[in-house]
Amino acid sequence: MSSEKKGWKDIEIGCVVTEPGSAASYKTGDWRSERPVRDNTKCIKCGICYIYCPDAAINEDEEGYFEADLYYCKGCGVCAHECPRGVITMVEEEEEEGEK
Amino acid sequence: MEQEEELFLPRFITTEENFAAGHRACIGCGEALAVRHVCKALGKNVIIVNATGCIEIYSSLLPYTSWRVPWIHTLFENVGAVVSGVESAYKARIQKGKIEDRGVKFVGFAGDGGTSDIGLQALSGAMERGHDFLYCCFDNEAYMNTGIQRSSSTPYGAWTTTAPVGKKSIVGQTTWKKNMPEIAVAHRIPYVATACPSYPFDLMDKVKRGMEIEGPAYLHIFSVCPTGWRCPPEITVEIGRLVVETGIFPLYEVINGEYHLSVDFPKLKSVREYLKKQGRFRHLTEKDIERIQARVEEEYEKLRERASQKTAKGASQNKCAKFMTMDR
Repeated sequence: MSSEKKGWKDIEIGCVVTEPGSAASYKTGDWRSERPVRDNTKCIKCGICYIYCPDAAINEDEEGYFEADLYYCKGCGVCAHECPRGVITMVEEEEEEGEK
Repeated sequence: MEQEEELFLPRFITTEENFAAGHRACIGCGEALAVRHVCKALGKNVIIVNATGCIEIYSSLLPYTSWRVPWIHTLFENVGAVVSGVESAYKARIQKGKIEDRGVKFVGFAGDGGTSDIGLQALSGAMERGHDFLYCCFDNEAYMNTGIQRSSSTPYGAWTTTAPVGKKSIVGQTTWKKNMPEIAVAHRIPYVATACPSYPFDLMDKVKRGMEIEGPAYLHIFSVCPTGWRCPPEITVEIGRLVVETGIFPLYEVINGEYHLSVDFPKLKSVREYLKKQGRFRHLTEKDIERIQARVEEEYEKLRERASQKTAKGASQNKCAKFMTMDR
């Protein structure tokens, strides 16, 4: 995955898009002003956060917990609002080098 | 513990994402959530015809595309015509022996403007000719991608940029929402349903049923738009739940003319709970809210009469009944 912006010279003739689902390489994570932080001790692995994520950013890890992929997460906070156990809290995003 | 076991959701759905992450929908977009659920239910063997609108804008910005299934972009007005053309071409090529029948399904996507305003005549024609397709209308109750202009699907009292609130016009939108599912029912098509992504299993079951049924199927999906409705993005799903619980947007199915309520609440919540959460309704006076409440109750009673207190039988109801009525 590369988040480099494409120039006009990189576009195929006729503006043909050759790769299905190529938006997956586009970083929407830098829109975020709040990031979801999880407390997995409270998590019951119900997957409600997974099913309600509008950006398909939440994936199941090997242990069955649901982790947000910060490459795509726009920080809407739906997961934190819908979580029945209050596992997820939204924390303000700080300016870090490499992150923004 | 038993309850926790039943609540394990991902077991019921595929992890396959045919609508790729990295799309550029607004933060907390209810429509993107609905499209994601619909694509999970559709699977790979489909051709999607997509009218102009938010979905097309945020999913296909050059040089990227979010689609992992065949997808055609059409104009606002002709999604019904294009989907019927694609379906007819497929059938004709099978008849001529050029291709084998692989059971491809045809789906039309459009917003509320592309369905109830601009695309209505093409959709009406496609339903009347009886093409085998599923039509999904993602209703966010205004023209959101061009900047929140009113459509015929905008509800009474809502603020939009072309139905502004001022000293003379104090309600915003002065007309009632066009009842698009009823227009589809009037075509006597085999399947019409309403759905909301806050009830994901109900939505996915309805998409599957609409695909399986031969002939035209119409699915009206309520899609919350935090940007245009002036509400915080995290309550997207909550608003979708409230709109059903207040009876403003009841979930029902019409199978061969027979009405079934997907979920029926013995007592509806007050519309106030739904309206107060959104900035587009902030100017409404008590009198306006009462007027909306009376209208909602009247419409809901009519629908309940048609369904004669029947609820939809089958897997959909059993699987998600608990999830739907769960006290949250």
